[in-house]
Amino acid sequence: MAGVAVGAVGRPRRLTEPAGVRYLLTGIALGFLALFLVLPLAVVFVEALRNGLGPYFESIQDPDAMAALRLTLIAAAFAVPANLVFGVAAGWAIAKFRFPGRTLLTTLIDLPFAVSPVISGMVFVLLFGRNGFLGPWAADLDLRIVFAVPGIVLATMFVSFPFVAREVIPVMEATGTQEEEAARVLGASGFQTFFRVTLPNIKWGVLYGAILCNARAMGEFGAVSVVSGKIRGETNTLPLHVEILYNEYMFQAAFAVASLLTLLAVVTLIVKTVLERKLAR
Amino acid sequence: MKRTVLPGFRLTLGYTLVYLTLLVIVPLLTLPIRAASVPWDQLKATITDPRVVASYQLSIGASFIAACINGVFGLIVAWVLVRYSFPGRRIIDSLVDLPFALPTAVAGITLTTLCAPNGWIGQYVEPYGIKLAFSRIGVTIAMTFIGLPFVVRTLQPVIEDLDAEIEEAATSLGATRLKVLTRVILPYLYPAWLTGFALAFARAIGEYGSVVFISGNMPMRTEISPLLIITKLEQFDYAGATAIASVMLIISFTLLLVINALQGWTTRRVAG
Repeated sequence: MAGVAVGAVGRPRRLTEPAGVRYLLTGIALGFLALFLVLPLAVVFVEALRNGLGPYFESIQDPDAMAALRLTLIAAAFAVPANLVFGVAAGWAIAKFRFPGRTLLTTLIDLPFAVSPVISGMVFVLLFGRNGFLGPWAADLDLRIVFAVPGIVLATMFVSFPFVAREVIPVMEATGTQEEEAARVLGASGFQTFFRVTLPNIKWGVLYGAILCNARAMGEFGAVSVVSGKIRGETNTLPLHVEILYNEYMFQAAFAVASLLTLLAVVTLIVKTVLERKLAR
Repeated sequence: MKRTVLPGFRLTLGYTLVYLTLLVIVPLLTLPIRAASVPWDQLKATITDPRVVASYQLSIGASFIAACINGVFGLIVAWVLVRYSFPGRRIIDSLVDLPFALPTAVAGITLTTLCAPNGWIGQYVEPYGIKLAFSRIGVTIAMTFIGLPFVVRTLQPVIEDLDAEIEEAATSLGATRLKVLTRVILPYLYPAWLTGFALAFARAIGEYGSVVFISGNMPMRTEISPLLIITKLEQFDYAGATAIASVMLIISFTLLLVINALQGWTTRRVAG
């Protein structure tokens, strides 16, 4: 770090630590982050490209990998819009109105975050599995939910449930109700008020939540692992495919597929950072 | 309820409640209902089985150590990111959320590869007889990774809001910088710090994907509770899985209440 200045942000000298301490703390922080964040990121791509670009693209274009990608996209295509509509509806009710139980409702929305991913998947097995509460009903209708695509979609919806709501609620609270009230008084309909007044105010917050929701939906492992049954080409998502390849000692292929998910994570972080700047304004 | 001209309260609240109930509440309720149908003796036998107890001890113990590591380094990282300027600060700040964005399975195989005896890090500690991967240390490493953003992200806004005047007052009254840090700033950060610690701890206890690869899954030694649940489910031992999961759910909900209380404390501290 020689020659690199570690300054203090907007503080006079007497209100910060001596330069030596600043360098030391910055060194510790960067060392810790390098070890836990930068090194793992590097490993993914080094291992994925270990045998060059040819095998890399071969692993990604493998039919099982493509099927897994398709299922991951399907799960996200259900989970993100459903949780987005829910998040905006919950935001409207919770941020624009005062009613008894409002705080409790906000806590309940966060429930899926408190539950272990394994339990999040397991409850759907208890509900729809062969011996589950609704198992016989599903069997009568010839509906396969657990160890099939619907179970994967449900588990994905469950774990990514709170993301949009918890971003939209504070943004809606911050904008208050005056603009909407003015629009209503001036004769706008409910939908006009929402689409012309509310939505422009909250659009970056909604997008922010949707991006995080999507990252979780596409990356979920524990919950989906329990309900999937892991049938290759049928009920395998990308993260599950990574596990299968890894457990079969096909490390290069596992990391090639993992690199796709890592790229998704990196893109998520970039979009998130850009949106944070917009939201801060 | 206050009278308002805004429409859609019934529609949006109704939709929120129905969707929440069908997707979250009803599925979660199946667990206690199922647990209630298991005879008490069988429940007790499952959760006092030495292998299960060992898994609880590992999940809780390793999560606690990981949260402590994050408590120390998270505080330093948050402080450095808010207070100091250095090249690349913004990129590094964005990177802190990587454990949230990176799928846990990817984190799992990556950390395992790093820590394996022939891995980038593992090869340097192997000669000293230290096993990182496939040991309890590995479990703790994975749990530290996934809990990393919590302490940093809960502390950052509070450090940003720290009033320069408080520090100024303490300094002009003759306090040394060290005294200002330990007597003025740290006590102010305490509730947020604890909140971050509790969030990291809670996340680590339930974690599965990033831990299961690096742990090696040896019964009694490196087997975490979520993995035992999956093992039971795969053997169609739903009663056993339910018993283990119920205990975990109770721990999670207790932590949720603690975290809510801590967050209330933080808000009051910052507002007052």
